[in-house]
Amino acid sequence: MATATSTPKLNHIGLPILEYRGGKSTLCAGCGHNAIAERITDAMFEMGVEPERVAKMSGIGCSSKSPAYFLGRAHSFNAVHGRMPATASGAAVANRTLKVLGVSGDGDTASIGAGQFVHLMRRNLPMIYIVENNGVYGLTKGQFSATADLGSRLKTGVINDLPPIDTCALAIQLGATFVGRSFSGDKKQLLSMLKAAIAHKGTVLLDVISPCVTFNDHEGSTKSYKFMQENDEPINEIGFVPSFDDIEVDYDSGQIYEVEMHDGSNLRLRKLLEDYDPTDKANAVRTLMEASSKDEILTGVFYINTEQPTFVDLLNMVEEPLATLPESLTRPSKAAFEALMADLQ
Amino acid sequence: MATSDFTLIQQQGTSSAHVINDFSINVATVNGSGSQSANSVLLKSIFGMGVPVGGKNLFPSNIAGQPTWFLIRASRDGYLARKSVSEILIAMNPETAQTDVAALPTGGVAIYEEKLDQTLNLAQSRQDVTFYPVPFDKITVAVCPEAKLRKLVRNMIYVGVTAQLLSIDLEQVESSLRWQFGKKQKVFDLNFGAAKAGFEYAQQSLTKSDPFVIERMDKTAGKILIDGNEACGMGAVFAGVTVIAWYPITPSTSSIEAATSLLKKLRVTPEGKATFAVVQAEDELAAIGMVLGAGWAGARSMTATSGPGMSLMAEFCGLGYFAEIPGVIINVQRTGPSTGMPTRTQQSDLLSAAFLSHGDTKFPILLPGSVRECFELTQAAFDLTERLQTPVFVLSDLDLGMNNWISEVFDYPTKPLDRGKVLTAQDLERLGSFARYHDVDGDGVGWRTLPGTPHPKAAYFTRGSGHNHAAAYTEKPDEYQAVMERLARKFESARLLTPAPVVVKNSGAKVGFIAYGTTDFALRESLDEIQKQYGFEADYLRIRAFPFAPSVAEFVAAHERIYVVEQNRDGQMSSLLKLDLAGAQSAKLRSILHYNGLPVDAQSITREFARQEGL
Repeated sequence: MATATSTPKLNHIGLPILEYRGGKSTLCAGCGHNAIAERITDAMFEMGVEPERVAKMSGIGCSSKSPAYFLGRAHSFNAVHGRMPATASGAAVANRTLKVLGVSGDGDTASIGAGQFVHLMRRNLPMIYIVENNGVYGLTKGQFSATADLGSRLKTGVINDLPPIDTCALAIQLGATFVGRSFSGDKKQLLSMLKAAIAHKGTVLLDVISPCVTFNDHEGSTKSYKFMQENDEPINEIGFVPSFDDIEVDYDSGQIYEVEMHDGSNLRLRKLLEDYDPTDKANAVRTLMEASSKDEILTGVFYINTEQPTFVDLLNMVEEPLATLPESLTRPSKAAFEALMADLQ
Repeated sequence: MATSDFTLIQQQGTSSAHVINDFSINVATVNGSGSQSANSVLLKSIFGMGVPVGGKNLFPSNIAGQPTWFLIRASRDGYLARKSVSEILIAMNPETAQTDVAALPTGGVAIYEEKLDQTLNLAQSRQDVTFYPVPFDKITVAVCPEAKLRKLVRNMIYVGVTAQLLSIDLEQVESSLRWQFGKKQKVFDLNFGAAKAGFEYAQQSLTKSDPFVIERMDKTAGKILIDGNEACGMGAVFAGVTVIAWYPITPSTSSIEAATSLLKKLRVTPEGKATFAVVQAEDELAAIGMVLGAGWAGARSMTATSGPGMSLMAEFCGLGYFAEIPGVIINVQRTGPSTGMPTRTQQSDLLSAAFLSHGDTKFPILLPGSVRECFELTQAAFDLTERLQTPVFVLSDLDLGMNNWISEVFDYPTKPLDRGKVLTAQDLERLGSFARYHDVDGDGVGWRTLPGTPHPKAAYFTRGSGHNHAAAYTEKPDEYQAVMERLARKFESARLLTPAPVVVKNSGAKVGFIAYGTTDFALRESLDEIQKQYGFEADYLRIRAFPFAPSVAEFVAAHERIYVVEQNRDGQMSSLLKLDLAGAQSAKLRSILHYNGLPVDAQSITREFARQEGL
């Protein structure tokens, strides 16, 4: 019999964390994306998600390689540049029982795939969309992306003179129903946010600042570890109590914004920004715009809406996956066919 | 000599002077004037008289106010291609009336608004044409008190006038109107009132002095009238399509609309839940991405588009080729290049479909040559795409897709759906493991698993980057090349799985013809003309798919000269054939091309063939 110390901890579906790991990362040592892959692994493990139920979707770029580094037991689809939303949409509709997790970069999301990004947000497709945001194109050696902040400087001395696209503000405005920002270096915040994201039904957009140690971690960059450690302004502290935990916590309700999630989990947001209401869409966008004008990097859960129907709800489909429906349900009868022919005569 | 047969006959003035069931009617209107239902009723009335008939809508890329022509061809011999001239003109558009009249052949007929005589001197413009002036405006006011409906009703009057002049029974018009308007009694009453008024006006006020008549035949009994887009949509529904993602584009839009309306009718469970999803995407990039995402997840997925949309799908199709993902793409071809002429027809997307993406890519293409084949080959495309695990194209065209064609009743599919090589959790339990791109069966097609398969060994990584037989990332020369060689092998397997060509005639003649798609209609007629006019016998093979079955090369080998007839400028099918044929064989190919945007007609083929043969 194994001793207590050598028995791996199992989650509530009886799997050890090992079953949630993926292949060895080929990204640079210290890359923010590696930390995000670890947090996804932890969150999926802690939430007891069946790995086989997850579909990992990505586009092209450093970020989009990272699905190989977690959840080896889940199918993965590395699509073309900027087009993760389309493949994710197709998969989510074809098999509504899948937990769709998209990982994309700032180049994918805010430039080449901006069109697909905005339309995904507006559909409220049930999926988690993580933007691993480092403000630069890594694989082509460090050009600015469209999320780079105004005045941010490249190693070569080039200054960014165009305003950034704020994917969170866009997502809130367009119809995503869970929108937050975190930092790959903030283990606790990111993990809580990911767990809540897993419990959410609808589009989750998480913009995770994820420093590029090779091309964008120097003095003058606004996406460096140092800059984030100094300028990260959380608007709330995230407490997540999953549906399968019966933890009773005493808290001061005046300081906490509590959200009952669709699966019975509880999201408790301790207000750090005075009276911040994460269900107030207009205020969320205004808060982000004001912070941007003051060069503040806000993190936390900006917006949540647990009422909005998802794209899959709107399609009014059968509960079982369309992909594996039997022929008896997908090929209409001979009688129906003959009636059609008679109408055409 | 310009004088045609029927003027001579007409001059003889005997009852045998009639031209029966063999002429074309050109209805010239303004688009947006609601002439479509009037034209359908006229077409359906001739169909109801048992006479083979076809309709072609030559319409502008515009919402309202531009000239439109609707050609109705009655042909006792069953020829359905466009006729180069129409003998009867219904001139409802003052703007084009003069040029439309000028285009009539000697002995032709013009039915027109009598008021136009004051402004255009129509009746004076030709001595060799029979004119029937009709006071359309006056009759309209009499039958339709409500001013705002008059524009629509006016068209139904020409249906009545024409029916009477051509000896089509009023009862036939009535039953066509029933078919057109179904249970909408008020609409029916109004329109039948108008048709009847036109009929009676012609009876009382016009003297028949032209030879054209419709006589009852029995050649349409049990036949159907349908357009190719609806037939494609129907094919998809009966092939069990589950996910459609699309972006509207002329002339493919109505195929998705037809599929959607059938799905809503036939594919909803008793609990009211859909067994399908139709997603209108933000563009064609997203549409094909959704199709491939769904195909990857195991759905029978499809999109429909036309040239510009297919160009946008190029990158994703390359991913579908390399990562081996199923998906059906229907391309209803229009006139290119670029935006081209969106409401005109062509067969000019063949080469770009065949090699759509960068790198060494090639795709199976199915080429329906009739509405029946739109139905059948769309179904075949779904089986093929899952069997071969690669995107499959169905290339229709505007002529086939948006015009009504007479057809034998389609057959209900008897073969079960072929869902291809998919491993279940039980299979994996038995096998222990699997390698996604391993050629287990020697046909170049590996076995796949679907996301969500409840087995720890089910997952694999799908990517458009270099990968080996086990779907792992690779940049190793041998591993990459092995995958590319297997993909080439898979394409060879496709030769025997795609629909075989139809050998229409192979009687040992020296000259053979090759065509595909809608060119078939004109070529069949032209072959009869060539035989009648020149006593020339030629063979004919109709290609139905790329890659080509071995019988295509055999047909070429068996003839001295091969004419490839197609509707594009560059002889795209010839080029594809030349890539496939041995050098001496490819030297036999000659081209007869038609690419002005109008559907090819028999006379053009005959003329060009005679020129090249020196006949």
